[in-house]
Amino acid sequence: MAGFAVVGQSVHRKDANQKVTGKVLHVGNIEMPGMLHVAVLRSPYAHARIKQIDKSNAEKVSGVAVVLTGAEIAKMPGVDPHFGPAFRDQPILAVEKVCYVGDPVVAVAAVDRRTAEDALQLVEVDYEPLPAVHDVLDAVKPESPLVHEQHRPAKAFADLAHVKSGQRSNICYHFKLRLGDVDKAFAEADRIFEDTFSSPPAQHVPMEPHITLAYWDEHERLNVWTASQSPSYVRTELSTTFGIPMHRIRVRVPYLGGGYGAKLYAKLEPLVTVLVLITKKPVRYALTREEEFLTITKHKVVTKIKTAIKSGAITARKCEVYWDTGAYAEIGPRIGHKSGYTSAGPYRIPNVWIDSYCVYTNKVPAGAFRGFGVPQVIWAYDSQTDLIARALGADPVEFRLKPALEEGESFATGTVVRSFGIKEAIRQAAQAIEWNKAKPVQGDTKRRGRGIAAGVKAVLTPSISGAIVILNADGTANVLSSTVEMGQGSETTLSQIVAEELGLTADQIHIVQPDTDVTPYDTITAGSRSTFHMGNAVRMAASKIKAQLCDVVASKLEVDPDDLVAGKGRIYVRGLEERGMSVGEIFLAKFGSLGTTLAAEAVCQPTAAHMDPETGQSEKCTEYWFPSATAAEVEVDTETGQVKVLQLFSVGDTGTAINPRHCEQQLQCAALMHLGLTLFEEMIFDEGQLINGSLLDYQIVSFKDMPQRVRSIVVEVPHDDGPFGAKGAGETGALTVAPAIANAIHDAVGVRIRELPITPERVLRALAEKDRTGALKD
Amino acid sequence: MKCAIELKINGRDENLVIDVADTLLEVLRDRFKFWSVRESCGVGACGSCTVLLDDKPVSSCLLLAARATGHEITTVESLSDGEKVHPIQEAFVEQRGLQCAYCTPGFVLSVKALLDENAHPTDDEVREYLAGNLCRCAGYADILRAVRAAQEKLRS
Repeated sequence: MAGFAVVGQSVHRKDANQKVTGKVLHVGNIEMPGMLHVAVLRSPYAHARIKQIDKSNAEKVSGVAVVLTGAEIAKMPGVDPHFGPAFRDQPILAVEKVCYVGDPVVAVAAVDRRTAEDALQLVEVDYEPLPAVHDVLDAVKPESPLVHEQHRPAKAFADLAHVKSGQRSNICYHFKLRLGDVDKAFAEADRIFEDTFSSPPAQHVPMEPHITLAYWDEHERLNVWTASQSPSYVRTELSTTFGIPMHRIRVRVPYLGGGYGAKLYAKLEPLVTVLVLITKKPVRYALTREEEFLTITKHKVVTKIKTAIKSGAITARKCEVYWDTGAYAEIGPRIGHKSGYTSAGPYRIPNVWIDSYCVYTNKVPAGAFRGFGVPQVIWAYDSQTDLIARALGADPVEFRLKPALEEGESFATGTVVRSFGIKEAIRQAAQAIEWNKAKPVQGDTKRRGRGIAAGVKAVLTPSISGAIVILNADGTANVLSSTVEMGQGSETTLSQIVAEELGLTADQIHIVQPDTDVTPYDTITAGSRSTFHMGNAVRMAASKIKAQLCDVVASKLEVDPDDLVAGKGRIYVRGLEERGMSVGEIFLAKFGSLGTTLAAEAVCQPTAAHMDPETGQSEKCTEYWFPSATAAEVEVDTETGQVKVLQLFSVGDTGTAINPRHCEQQLQCAALMHLGLTLFEEMIFDEGQLINGSLLDYQIVSFKDMPQRVRSIVVEVPHDDGPFGAKGAGETGALTVAPAIANAIHDAVGVRIRELPITPERVLRALAEKDRTGALKD
Repeated sequence: MKCAIELKINGRDENLVIDVADTLLEVLRDRFKFWSVRESCGVGACGSCTVLLDDKPVSSCLLLAARATGHEITTVESLSDGEKVHPIQEAFVEQRGLQCAYCTPGFVLSVKALLDENAHPTDDEVREYLAGNLCRCAGYADILRAVRAAQEKLRS
């Protein structure tokens, strides 16, 4: 990038060496003297009343410190037995009833894990089964069993201030968008397309499962080490749940072995905390892989989508989106809202009607998953857009390009879009796959096809990132930030931003890891928000320090501070590098000593305009957008239904790429991860019982699934308010993979798959159906 | 029930008394604090706990420590001397073959075993050999580049 010294350079990861040698700190490497280990007894029922728990035999096991039930937690004075980011509906341990197979019921803390597990075997729980609801479309019927009798809003986040105490319904949140007159448009349409698309529950499978270690220290403070993407929130949640003042809670997060949304909000921390409060000993709870599958999932989503076509253009779109949020709302309402309002697509459509419902069922809770629900809605709207184009005999690329929103036009919410490189993303994807070239010669049973998909995600708004930059006298700096390094490279990116602002190099910057004692508040490390929000915070803080440095140099050298720039560890007159001072010289001039520091704090807090609850209209619903496009070439084996992805190109508008190589990597790897979610990943439930909850039964993408050609293309449409024009890149590559592959399959064999994952069985059934109906037509 | 075993871990002879139920993973982590050896799936399906047993990759979460008696165990901790990293590790860093890196030590050891066995693997051979190591960040293309770069480094 022209004019920048460090920004735009693909500098190496700051954490690479410690990671490649295995020395990197994870929560699992931390041990405390006398530390207890936890095992949890989980519900075998999808919905049942707890009649009685007999734990007396378990308590007698030598080495057991405590055997705890939810009823006991509910009796602890000042403790809220429930927690949750949107609704306080999730019990620390089940109180009175269980709501899914896997719901934690009894916890044992013991000298080691095996002792805790042995003791659990001796606990007897007497259940009275209740009617359960497993399917999201059943759950919205008035006669459905209720998962929860009441809904209690949590009031933890500004953007969720509008969630309400619910009626007697499994719908815990309903978002509405109303634009124009859809009924009129459907009445006047030349053609109407109506489809239902679904995507299944899936698991994040971070290679490091959830783990939390907490202890009560000599200052009578609660110390928590946890593998979390939201340390600030965890502190707030623990303070609210247990009535402990915030200054007496310290939450620290070292490196994460992956997150992808699984490690957001509170997970194990409330249970570990209550065990610490009872035993006053250090307590560690590390989930097994099987427990991981029972802790959090990606939302299953069913979308009914109806589109009106008049004179070859889309004139109306009506979407009903059903989010299966499982037994506890988790962050489902935020997803139902933020993704819900994008469900008609990044297109100029004059009449839009959206109903997005977040619905309880008796299944594992669903929460954030890389893409925050947007991959599920794009799966529906892009698949349908593609099938409409093909049905109308239009070129699918042109059919998207024509109505794609231009800079300055309004999104369906009424928000004017800016830094919106959707058209460029579509063009780049088409070019990469050589869209205009003729199809290769087709084999008899192996048919090739190409597909393009496009979509957009909006960043969570409002949200907050605070940071403190401390400049040392030797021209190095420490940065206090609560952004969690979970593999995305945030330490490197933030270092580059601070280095650019202060005229240093990235290796002169140290990023202090999240520690609520010292690092300021940050909403979450998620939603592709850190480069923009934390990037702005660290840049503004660094800029305040630079201003102080410039004042010193200006008065010493008798120059105008506005003529000064930072570079090579110095502040100097623009164009006259020798006329300036080093950081050390400035410190000596200012303090008469090198033994001090300069610190500054800054907060980045983009705001959203009010959104009308009846129409979803808002002058500003989001701070910025992530346009995404994917191009895929597939080979479909018509005898086996096997789909082989030959080429995969991921295109994303990231704003200015602070570290281009990292942006490419994020796009490409998010796309490759979602290849698995497209072709085979699915958590399969039978009457609420998960039947493939282990890595022997649940497959994720391996080396063998990587297409022969996989590449990413970074589109850089700078954002005026981003740090050096940057936006973000963590999810963009995930957004449009599934429809791109389904569209390519349609191109290859003329069938439309509407249900993920695209298994060989589904492809074969679709081919058989096509043969049958084709034969009927003949 | 306890039993006595002998292991050579990263070049050092160790005589230990263990519980017969202890996995090699538990012994390496809990007893020796080799934190590079990581449990993830617990069923030998992901490769995060890979160590070399007589230079061949094994899943230490599935192997009872008692069964490893008399064998040589290598973890990533032995590959670098604290000053300079192994050429394979260097290649992973340069090619950015790591993100969250929870899987990285397992990958590095599998790549070492692969290149020890076969100095010039084809792409298909690399994919096949490394199929038992999962990377949820899905950095496979970068890891493949790292294998190629490591080959070059080891040749020179």
